[in-house]
Amino acid sequence: MRSSEWLEEALEGLYGKGVKKAAEMVLALAEAFDAESFVPVESVHVSGVSYRTIGEYGLSFLEELSEEGVRVRVEATMNPAGMDMERWREMGVPERFAERQRRIVECLKRMGVRPALTCTPYLAGNRPRRGSHVAWAESSAVVYANSVLKAWTNRECGPSALASAITGLTPMFGVHLEDGRKPTHSVEFEGRLRGHLMYSALGYYVGREVGRGVPSIPAASGASTDELKSLGAGLATSGGIAMFTTEPAEGLPTLRVSEEDLLNVVEGLSTGSGGLVCLGCPHLSLEELQAIHSLASRRGVRGEVWLFTSRSVYEQAMNLGIIQGLERMGVKVFRDTCMVVSPLEEMGVREVVTDSCKAAHYIRLMTGGRVRVELRPREECLCGAPG
Amino acid sequence: MALVSEKPVSFLEGVDVETGVITDPETGLLGERVSGRVLVFPWCRGSTVGTYAIYGLARNGVAPSAMVCVEADIISAVGCAMAGIPLVHRVERDPLEVVRSGDYVVVDADKGLLEVRSRTRVEGS
Repeated sequence: MRSSEWLEEALEGLYGKGVKKAAEMVLALAEAFDAESFVPVESVHVSGVSYRTIGEYGLSFLEELSEEGVRVRVEATMNPAGMDMERWREMGVPERFAERQRRIVECLKRMGVRPALTCTPYLAGNRPRRGSHVAWAESSAVVYANSVLKAWTNRECGPSALASAITGLTPMFGVHLEDGRKPTHSVEFEGRLRGHLMYSALGYYVGREVGRGVPSIPAASGASTDELKSLGAGLATSGGIAMFTTEPAEGLPTLRVSEEDLLNVVEGLSTGSGGLVCLGCPHLSLEELQAIHSLASRRGVRGEVWLFTSRSVYEQAMNLGIIQGLERMGVKVFRDTCMVVSPLEEMGVREVVTDSCKAAHYIRLMTGGRVRVELRPREECLCGAPG
Repeated sequence: MALVSEKPVSFLEGVDVETGVITDPETGLLGERVSGRVLVFPWCRGSTVGTYAIYGLARNGVAPSAMVCVEADIISAVGCAMAGIPLVHRVERDPLEVVRSGDYVVVDADKGLLEVRSRTRVEGS
């Protein structure tokens, strides 16, 4: 196999120390999961970009690698950073953090990774073809890629995705194989499924119960792609899930889920009441920004509202006047980051209101519960409780 | 010398990257140092950012000299490759049963071998 010959040479150091390191990383992954071969990837999405998550050691690893002069061989995009790369002062991000964050982004840029700075690369020009093999990190994007775009990717970690970008290869195991993509569980939902909070909670519940596997969730067959984005983010957060399907499946273990189960998820993840409204985990699409704009125009917004999206979607929304409209109503729209990967505590944020179970889960975990989160449906986040 | 955790290890939340001291009471090894030891454990748990924590331990010169997992996972596999730490998994017998903390062990990552050279004598008996 051609790719393995190239890999042998890379492992011998023929292409330099940086490429050798990347080759060792994909080989280690192959050995850990008993992969028999490697497959070329068409696209890569690299996570572990925020200084908040990878810290000093992540930065030094990336600096060492980029000093070796390595370049990515395929289309590769970056996950969100810990701040809006332009408006970080407005977010209250400290200077020291900003300096480290800029160095991380610069390192990755030098290696040829595109600063899309989003967890929704598929809305920012990195949209793999159906059936193509890719190596994506960022678990919510992995689920979306496998389930909605029907590209094939395992749940990579930041460094393994980067190693795949440098070698152009990923080991064949897991959902790169037909067998790994067959449904393992059938999910029956009874009740009415509506809004991002509910889809997010359904994902969180199913992910927690299934752990690893491929759930079939026919109840989500009528969902919009944005709702599937929320469902996938929930699934990826509480379990090790890489994909779901909305096709019905028979003869599998069945998981019955009720509306009450979802309300229990929401209650269990809620630790606060009130605070800074943060929407955009995962990053908001153009359609979602439009909907928020129209809701806010009709009913007005309550309290301080921050929205998070990619720079790519931001630009499209600018062209439609949506960003300007939102900012006129006092709503701030930030790019390149979100409430999960920005340094909330250092920014002086103590309480967050959101509609994302993923955000609630990680904010609690990453701040040791010091930042409180309230989960509410999107309309209530923006306009307050009805009545 | 081996250091055995019967519970999965989180390198991000459970080990101090500066000192190599275990901070996670779940492991039953609170306060022990992983540095220079052969760390034997089931697999890694927690965020995949743990790979950078393994790398950080190596950068600070306080990493384990080798790792033995029952079943390697993405964090241990990629983290050890980044840090240049030998990793062995799926050995013939369950390492958690065969190896005890304090045993002298030899690890050959190229051949995937784990050998117990000498057994610590006192087992509280």
